[in-house]
Amino acid sequence: MSKKQNAVYDNPYRIQRKRSAIGDMQHALIRTWRASYAFVERNFNLVRRYWGWEVVWLAYSIANTLSITYIGAGMEAISGVQVDTHYLILYLLIGTMVWRFLAIIFDNISEMIAWERWEGTIEYTLMAPITRLTHMMGQTAFAVAYSLLFTLVILGVVVLFFQLDLSGANLWGATVVLLSGSFSFIGLGIVASVLPLLFPERGAQMTNVLQAVFLLISGVYYPVEVLPAWIQPLARVSPATFVLEGMRAAILRGVSTASLWPYLWPALLAGVVSIPLGLTVFHQAEKYAKRTGKLKRDG
Amino acid sequence: MYENIRTAVVVSEVTKQFRKHNGFFHLRRRKDAAPSTVVAVDRVSFQVERGEIFGILGPNGSGKSTLVRLIATLLLPDSGQVTVFGHDVVREEMAVRRLINRVSVEASFFKKLSAMENLLYGARLYGLDGRQARERALHILTRLGLKRDEVFQPMEEMSRGMQQKVAIARAFLTQPVLLLLDEPTTGLDPRSKREVQTFVRELRDNHDATILLTTHDMQEADALCDRVAIIDGGRIVALDTPTALKARVGRTNGHDVTLEDVFMELTGKKLRVEEEE
Repeated sequence: MSKKQNAVYDNPYRIQRKRSAIGDMQHALIRTWRASYAFVERNFNLVRRYWGWEVVWLAYSIANTLSITYIGAGMEAISGVQVDTHYLILYLLIGTMVWRFLAIIFDNISEMIAWERWEGTIEYTLMAPITRLTHMMGQTAFAVAYSLLFTLVILGVVVLFFQLDLSGANLWGATVVLLSGSFSFIGLGIVASVLPLLFPERGAQMTNVLQAVFLLISGVYYPVEVLPAWIQPLARVSPATFVLEGMRAAILRGVSTASLWPYLWPALLAGVVSIPLGLTVFHQAEKYAKRTGKLKRDG
Repeated sequence: MYENIRTAVVVSEVTKQFRKHNGFFHLRRRKDAAPSTVVAVDRVSFQVERGEIFGILGPNGSGKSTLVRLIATLLLPDSGQVTVFGHDVVREEMAVRRLINRVSVEASFFKKLSAMENLLYGARLYGLDGRQARERALHILTRLGLKRDEVFQPMEEMSRGMQQKVAIARAFLTQPVLLLLDEPTTGLDPRSKREVQTFVRELRDNHDATILLTTHDMQEADALCDRVAIIDGGRIVALDTPTALKARVGRTNGHDVTLEDVFMELTGKKLRVEEEE
C-alpha cells in the first residue's frame, strides 16, 4: 500500500475497514464518549487556568452563604421574639445551598455559548462532527460534578460556623431529591443558552434575568405561600420549588425517602420535559443563527 | 467510500444575503425604512476537483469568508446548493463535518489554555483518542516550527503568527479530506508563510486532501493554487489557472503580469486599496 493510500486511514471518519453493525455501533459510542469527554477535559483545564477567579468566586459564595444563614441566627435579636433558631438556620442554609447547586449547573450550561463567543471558538465547536446531545452530555457531566464539589466545599466551611444537629435528617433522601432536581435545571440551562446564541451582545445578561425570576418564585429563602396569590401558581411550575420543599422535608423533618415521592416526581418530570425541549429549542436557534449569520464571533 | 468521487466541492448558483439589523425585537427608526440587506454571495457556481488546491482571491468584504462558512455548514444558503463529496451541506451536515476542517483568519482559541490543550480538545471532538492526538499534535506543531516548551504555554502568550500556526495544526490534526483555509497566512512573517505553504502542499501531495484557500495575497494564490476564482462584490468574475488568468492581460509596462493586474483588468479596482478601506 502506497504512502498516499495509507494516509487515507488517518482520519477516523475515513476508515474503510469492514465492520459488523455491532462494531459500527461500538465505534460510534467510543467517538461519542471521546467527544463528550472533550468538554469535560476542556472545562477542567479552564477552571485550572482561571484558578484565581475560582478562588474569588468561592470566597464570595462562602461569605454570601454565611450572611444569609446568619439572618436565621440573628432572628431572635431582630424580632425580640423567641424562635427556633436552629430550625431557621437550617431552613436558610438548605435554601442557599440548593440554590447555589442549581444555579451553578444553570450557569455552566446557559453560559456555554457566551463563553465560546467571548473566546471566539463558537464556530469551531459548532462545526465539529458531533450531535448537540453529545455536546450537552459533556457540558452537563462537568457542570454537575463541578457544582457538587463547589457546594460541598461551601457546606464544609459553613458547618464550621454553626453547631448543626443533623441526627434526625434523612441525608440520603435529600441527596436523591437534589440530584433529581438537577435534571430540570440542565434542561432550563439548555433553553437559556439559546439567548446568547440569538442575542450576541445581551444574551448572557438575559440568562441572569431568567435565573432571578426562578430565585423569586421558588421559595429559596421563604415558603412560597408568602408570595402574592398571582405568583404562587408560577412557583408550582418551578422545579426548584419541589427540590427545596423535598430537601426541607428530608433534612428538617426526617421524612423517609419513599415518602419524598411527591417532591421527586415533579422534579423528574420537569427534567424529562425540559431536556428534550431544550435540545429542540437549541436546534431551532442554531438554524436561525446560521440563516442570519449570528454564529460569527462579533455577531 | 470517497476514493471514487472525483469532485470534492460543487457550489451551484449559491446566494447569501444578510440583513443589517440585529435581534427579534429590533425597532425601525422610521416606519418606511426597509431593513437594508447586503448581498454577500451572489449566484456563485464553481467546482473543486479532488486533490486540487483551489484559490478564491478577492478583497475584504468580497464574499470569500461567507463562501467558506457556507461550505463549512456554518451558514445556510438562501438559494442554490453546496455539496462536499456528494453530501449536501444543509441536509447532510454531519456527513460533511466529518470530512472537513477549517482555519479562519482570526486564530480562535481558549486563550488561557496551551496549544496542546486546545489541540487535544479539537482532536477529541473529531473522535481521536488522547494518546494518538498528543503524539500527532506534537509532531505537527514542531514541524510548523514551534519549540517543544512553546507547545505547553498558554495561547495568550504567543505571537499572532504562532497562534495562526497552532490554528493550522489544529485543522491538520484531524486529517480532513477537505481543508478550508480562510486567509491562513494573514499576519505571518515571510518565513512562517513559506513554512505553512510548504505544509499545505505536503498535505495535498501526501495525505490525499483537497484544499480550498481564500486569500488576498496574490503571490500566495499564484504560488499555491492549481486554479483561482477571482471574486468581487459576491460574484465570481473569472476562474482559471493562474497562468491562464495572467494570459488574459497583455504585458504591462516594465513588469510581468501578476494576478493583481488581472484583478484590476477584470474589476477596474485595485485589490490593495480595497483592503485598506
